[in-house]
Amino acid sequence: MTRQEIIDQVNSLLEEEFEVEQSEFTPDANLKDTLNLDSINLVDLIALVQMTYKITIPVEDLKKIQTFNNLYDYIEQHL
Amino acid sequence: MGIWSCIGTTLDEVRQSLFEGRSGIVFSQERKDAGFRSPICGNVPKPDLKKVLSRNVRQMMPEEAQYAYLATVQALEQAKLTQDYIDSHEVGVIYGNDSVAEATMVAMDKFRQAGLTAACGSGAIFQSMNSTVTMNLATLFHLKGINLTASAACASGSQSLGLGFLLIKNGLQDCIVCGGAEENNMYGIASFDALQTFSTRLDDPTKASRPFDRDRDGLVPSGGAATLIIESYEHAVKRGAPILAEILGWGFSGNGDHISTPNVEGPTRSLLRSLESAGVKPTDIGYVNAHATSTPIGDSREAEAIAQAFGDYKVPVTSTKSLTGHEMWMAGASEIIYSMLMMKNDFIGGSLNFENPDEVTQCINVIPETRQQHFDMFLSNSFGFGGTNSTLIIKNL
Repeated sequence: MTRQEIIDQVNSLLEEEFEVEQSEFTPDANLKDTLNLDSINLVDLIALVQMTYKITIPVEDLKKIQTFNNLYDYIEQHL
Repeated sequence: MGIWSCIGTTLDEVRQSLFEGRSGIVFSQERKDAGFRSPICGNVPKPDLKKVLSRNVRQMMPEEAQYAYLATVQALEQAKLTQDYIDSHEVGVIYGNDSVAEATMVAMDKFRQAGLTAACGSGAIFQSMNSTVTMNLATLFHLKGINLTASAACASGSQSLGLGFLLIKNGLQDCIVCGGAEENNMYGIASFDALQTFSTRLDDPTKASRPFDRDRDGLVPSGGAATLIIESYEHAVKRGAPILAEILGWGFSGNGDHISTPNVEGPTRSLLRSLESAGVKPTDIGYVNAHATSTPIGDSREAEAIAQAFGDYKVPVTSTKSLTGHEMWMAGASEIIYSMLMMKNDFIGGSLNFENPDEVTQCINVIPETRQQHFDMFLSNSFGFGGTNSTLIIKNL
C-alpha cells in the first residue's frame, strides 16, 4: 500500500467507526481530541488497527501515537 | 410513565391498543429461518438513537438499554422531572433486567473470531452485564441515588417497583426511576424456545397468546422497556409534580419449589401479603392485572391463587400479555403502566383470545371484551422462574 492509500483507508475507517467526518481530520490534529476518544474507547482504535492491518500496538508505542500523522506513520512502518 | 413496547411507543398509542384490543404479536421469518420452534414474537420497533446520543454513549448501550432510555425520557417528561432538578437532587434508579444475551454473544463471537480481546470493543463489558440498564440510565441522566438492578426473572420489573416503594416508604430515598427492560432479539430467548413452552399457533400470531383460555398452548416472547417515576408524596407535592397514583402495597414470596413450574401456595402468599401491606380488603380491588402468560400450568395455578385470595368476590381479571406477549423482565413494570392507563381512562381492556375457560380457570372472572368501567384500585401480579413472586397494589389519585 502506498502512504496515500493508507491515509485514505485509515480516514475512511475512522470516520465510520467514530462517526466524525473526515473533513475534520488534519495530519497534525490530535487523534484523541478529534475522535473524542477517552481511555476506554481508545481500545476501539487499537482493535481497528490490529484487525485491519494485523498490527499489534504495544502500550509503550500507543503513547507515541498522538496525531493522525503518527498513526499513518506507525501503520506504514509496520505493514 | 414512559414505554417502548410492541403495542405502542407512546402512552397514547398504548392506551389505544389496550382499548381496541390491538395485538403486537407477529410472525418472525428471521426466527423461523434460524430454527425456532415458535417463530412468533412481539413486534418492538428498533430505536434509532444515532441523532440523539453520541457514538461513545451508544457504544455502552445494548438493545434493552436503548429501550429503557427512550421510556425514561418519556417518563421524566411526564413527571416534569427536569435535568436541572435531577442535577441538584438525589434521584435513584432501580430497574429490572435479567439477560444481556445478544450483547454478550456478539462480543464473544468477535473475540473468538479475531483471537483478540480488544475485538470485543470498548462497550462490550458494559453492555454484557445484567446491570447494563441501570449503569446506562444512571450515567445518561446523572442519577446520584440508589443504583440497583433487580434480577428476578419475569418478576424483575415488579420487584424494582417494590424495592423502590420500600426505600421511599422508609425515608431512604425521595425519588427513584423504576422500571423493567427486556431484549427482544432471538438470542435472548432461543434457549427458552428450546423448552417448548412457547405457543406454536403459527397460523394467526395474534391468536397465539391466549391467557386463561382453554386452548392456550404456551407463551409468546416480547420485549421493550417501561419506566415509572416514583417518589414520596411530600417530595412530589413540593416540586409540583403531576401525581397519578399511589403504590399502596407490595407483596412478595418465594415458592421454594420447582425451578420453572409454579405452585399455588407461593403466589397466594404474595397476593395476601400485598393486601395486608396495602391495608385493604379484596373487595377494594377493582381490577387484577394477572401475570398469566398463556401457559397451561402457569395460568391455572395463578387462577387458583387469585380465587383463594379473593374468595367469593369475583374481581375482574385480564392478562395484557394477550396483546403484548410476555415482556418478561419488563412485564412487571409495563403491566403497571397498562393498568394505570385503564384506570385513568375508565376502562378494562379485554383479555384478547379468552374464548372459553377450562375447568380450573373458570374459577376467576376473566373479562374477554373491553368495557367502560371506573375503578380506583388495582392489583398486578408478576411471577418468575425460580419461584419468585411479586404483587403490587396501586391506588388512583
